[in-house]
Amino acid sequence: MELIDQHAKQIMEGCKERAREAGLRFQDESLEYIVSNRDLIELSPKIMIPTLYDYWVHDVEVLKGRGKYELYPGNPYETVINTRPPISFYNDNNPDWLNVMIFYHVLGHIDFFQNNLYFRHTWEYDFTGQALSDKRMIAKLRSEKGRQVDYIIEFSRAIDNLVAYHHEVSRYHQPSSSSFSQRLDFYLDVFLQNREKVNIGEYVKEIERYNECIRSYGKSLGEETFFAEVEKKYPHFRAIYEKNREKKSEEEQDLMQYLLNHSEFLNKDENKWMKSVMEVIRKTSLFFQPQIRTKIMNEGWASYWHEVLFMQDDRIKGHEVDFARVNAGVTAMQRVGLNPYALGMRLFQFIEETAEKGKYTFDFRRIRDAGQRKEYDAATGKGKEFIFKVRENLNDFLFINNFCDQDFMDHYDLFVAGKRLNQEKMVWEYFVKSRKAEEYRKMVNDTLYHPPHIQLDMGKSNEGKLYLVHRFEEKPLVQEFIANTMMGIEYLWGSPVQLETAEVIPARSPSAIYSMSGPSPVPADQRGKPKIKWQRVLYTMEKRKLTRRILYAMD
Amino acid sequence: MKESAMKEYLNDYVEELRHRGLTAAQEEIIRRETEGPQIHEMPESAAAADSVSGRKPSAPQRIYDFADLFFLQDMSPPYISHTTCLRSLDELLERDKLREKDGFPRKIRVGRLIKPGKGGKDKIVVVPTTVEEKFYHDSVRVPEEGGEAGGSGEGEEGEVIGEEPIRPQDGAGSGPGEGEGGPHEMESSAYDLGKILTEKFELPNLKDKGKKRSLTRYTYDMTDRHKGFGQVLDKKATLRNIVETNIHLGNLPDIDNIDPTGFLISPGDRIYRILSREKDYESQAMVFFLRDYSGSMMGKPTELVVSQHVLIYSWLLYQYDKQVESRFILHDTEAKEVKDFYTYYNSRVAGGTKVSSAFRLVNTIVEEENLIKDYNIYVFHGTDGDDWDTDGKESVPEIEKMISYANRVGITVAAHSSSPGGTEVEKYLNKSGLLKEKSDLIRMDVMYKDADESRIIEGIKTLISQ
Repeated sequence: MELIDQHAKQIMEGCKERAREAGLRFQDESLEYIVSNRDLIELSPKIMIPTLYDYWVHDVEVLKGRGKYELYPGNPYETVINTRPPISFYNDNNPDWLNVMIFYHVLGHIDFFQNNLYFRHTWEYDFTGQALSDKRMIAKLRSEKGRQVDYIIEFSRAIDNLVAYHHEVSRYHQPSSSSFSQRLDFYLDVFLQNREKVNIGEYVKEIERYNECIRSYGKSLGEETFFAEVEKKYPHFRAIYEKNREKKSEEEQDLMQYLLNHSEFLNKDENKWMKSVMEVIRKTSLFFQPQIRTKIMNEGWASYWHEVLFMQDDRIKGHEVDFARVNAGVTAMQRVGLNPYALGMRLFQFIEETAEKGKYTFDFRRIRDAGQRKEYDAATGKGKEFIFKVRENLNDFLFINNFCDQDFMDHYDLFVAGKRLNQEKMVWEYFVKSRKAEEYRKMVNDTLYHPPHIQLDMGKSNEGKLYLVHRFEEKPLVQEFIANTMMGIEYLWGSPVQLETAEVIPARSPSAIYSMSGPSPVPADQRGKPKIKWQRVLYTMEKRKLTRRILYAMD
Repeated sequence: MKESAMKEYLNDYVEELRHRGLTAAQEEIIRRETEGPQIHEMPESAAAADSVSGRKPSAPQRIYDFADLFFLQDMSPPYISHTTCLRSLDELLERDKLREKDGFPRKIRVGRLIKPGKGGKDKIVVVPTTVEEKFYHDSVRVPEEGGEAGGSGEGEEGEVIGEEPIRPQDGAGSGPGEGEGGPHEMESSAYDLGKILTEKFELPNLKDKGKKRSLTRYTYDMTDRHKGFGQVLDKKATLRNIVETNIHLGNLPDIDNIDPTGFLISPGDRIYRILSREKDYESQAMVFFLRDYSGSMMGKPTELVVSQHVLIYSWLLYQYDKQVESRFILHDTEAKEVKDFYTYYNSRVAGGTKVSSAFRLVNTIVEEENLIKDYNIYVFHGTDGDDWDTDGKESVPEIEKMISYANRVGITVAAHSSSPGGTEVEKYLNKSGLLKEKSDLIRMDVMYKDADESRIIEGIKTLISQ
């Protein structure tokens, strides 16, 4: 890998100036490298982080299992990585005008990395630097402990999609400390309402009494007086409050964090080194989480800006047609398929226009008349400001669900494309399935990265067993992976592990044929939509043996 | 042979077998195989299928399939030559063995990947692969519906906007490699594969035979002599020349009393050794690949046998470069030679089973072409173990004849399931005692339907180890 030449660097600096003037914000320094095919071979398994730790699986082709189920949502071939300074990668022989376009695109990404709040936890440090020291540590451990290090990496990676990312990020965005104590919040919000289920009159009386106490004795003394009375009335309050606090802090932890803190096996003196390896895997996963969750926005934002800024750039006169061709290739809406560049860019443009006309306002929403709605234009001049806010505060899920509305669908002729089997012609048919915004949002949501939500159940974890509960979201887990994943957890936990999850009850009669691969011989008229029935299932991994037990059928 | 003629011939043969006496189970096997179609067609080429469909919409992509480097910068995905980036297969399998020792399940799969190529010419490459197991969501889907994607443009709800042909899946007796592109493609990827198989395997019992074939490789050696200049002075030869020159000049009157001080040295007397290209010669070998493509081979057995033969074939291509000749023979009740590996690999299964026919054909070819004198002969045969000729009355004599000249006969049995005593072929081979008596010349490897690729490689080791 080598840096781009001075000429190209100068172009980049010019792009930075223009991007700043347009309102993008990013740090001054950046590093641009030329990558060859060889570099890519080494970089891609490491998700373009040159200093990521070594792991043998990186040397083997990893089966992506496309079509069957989506395994690895992250595409490793990104152009720019979220480091300090940001590092971006380029083809050797791009012409200048193309570099201008790509530089703007890259600056769009950098602006997104450094301003979108979902990246908040990556702002304070340089990931490549961190990764380098981690890589050295792992190499050193490997020379001491041998292949055991690779097992720890393997088992940790097996659960690295169960990190409590949102919890991690939310720590940066706590509302400025609430004016009331936690104890009071718990008493009024949880204890009285959910546990004691007092009626409104009594509830209001308690609030009255609290205010009275504060008035007579001042803030701190007043609260003490108030709770002295409470404990007289509910002697068990203190115990419940304490227990609740403990439980909450444990359940908020992700599985890996919990193992790190509470696994007897890992906390033995001779095994403590394993924890540092696990920490590395956990940190790496947390680092990449926001990237997966903002793909549409990130690409849309970068595409929006490369288009705007390129067209304004005075240095590239004469290459408008070249640009148009490349740009269309990148941002054209496909007839069938979901292109994050195209969708994200159009959505940003649409939001800007809508906000410019003041349509995201209460006034506009009150208008019922279709003609008026169409003509409405408050000329707010706040379109740009609005999309900058969107880029700061949303992720893909919120972006799509808030702004992908029917007007947007109609404006760009979008639809949900379905695919079905035509038995007579033996072809897959693509057809327009729906033009409803609701369906479209659902379709996009289904493709978004969404790891299973698996939590500890402290109540059922006893006698050293770890009891995991997979929250039901009408999706089963990939069954063939359960055994090895649980084996890894058992290894790290040191005792048996149980997993409660939901599975589809295998259908009998006609639909049994559905489970066979290939076209089914059932005539078309006999086919109805089979109703999917679910059952709760408990897997137990004990001494590297997996057993399965059906708990109950769900309705 | 036409299908009708084929049927007729089959019926005659079945009659003959009945005459000899058959058990009910054997009848059943024969009935199943004779009922099916008796034609071994080649799969339609993928390229043709593609051109029929014409404008098919490109397969819908998901949002995570897009990446800046490819999409924006138009870079091509890195071509990973399996020799540069992969450690050798052996090393990986070794690691896997250690895993087993540590009490964890194996993780490396030696799988065949289909790499989509341009114009429907997919290419198969064999690479070690693995998966990273995690808790992932699986999707619940009705198979007739292929999932949803985004779309844009015109069209009423419900309107069909494009079609995509379904490739014939595990259909009527398909050979492996449905639509793999031209034979050339096959060879080049096979070559890639041979390289990973490492150079650890060697053809056993290789003997000096026949007019040796030259390799296209050259070795460089200081064997050529050159007058006047060169790399190293050949002192002995030079001295001889000097003496000769001086005899002619009359400077050497008395042989018993030589005075070298008076010698004259002509410039042409100096003899040098010069670096020269030498052709390398090696014994030549002929390898016969035999495959049972009868109806009972449908599915997994064919896949296993063919995978193993792909591996052996590609290893030969690589290891012995071009001096190993390969011949390909397919048989049901009748054996025929096919011209290339591609045909061998792709022909569909159908018809009955008579193993001896293939062995007889090999014997005939060897005899007629007089190959024994000039070639080291290897025979690899793949079958599911069924044979209508139940006690090997016809097969065993042919095999005996074959091992009288062959350097190694390797028989792979990919059995449908394990049964006491094994399959017919196993039974009569064991009974004949050849496997024990001539273990140097004939080997058998039995695997079952669930064998994976590393098991197949194990099998090759059994077949060709010394």
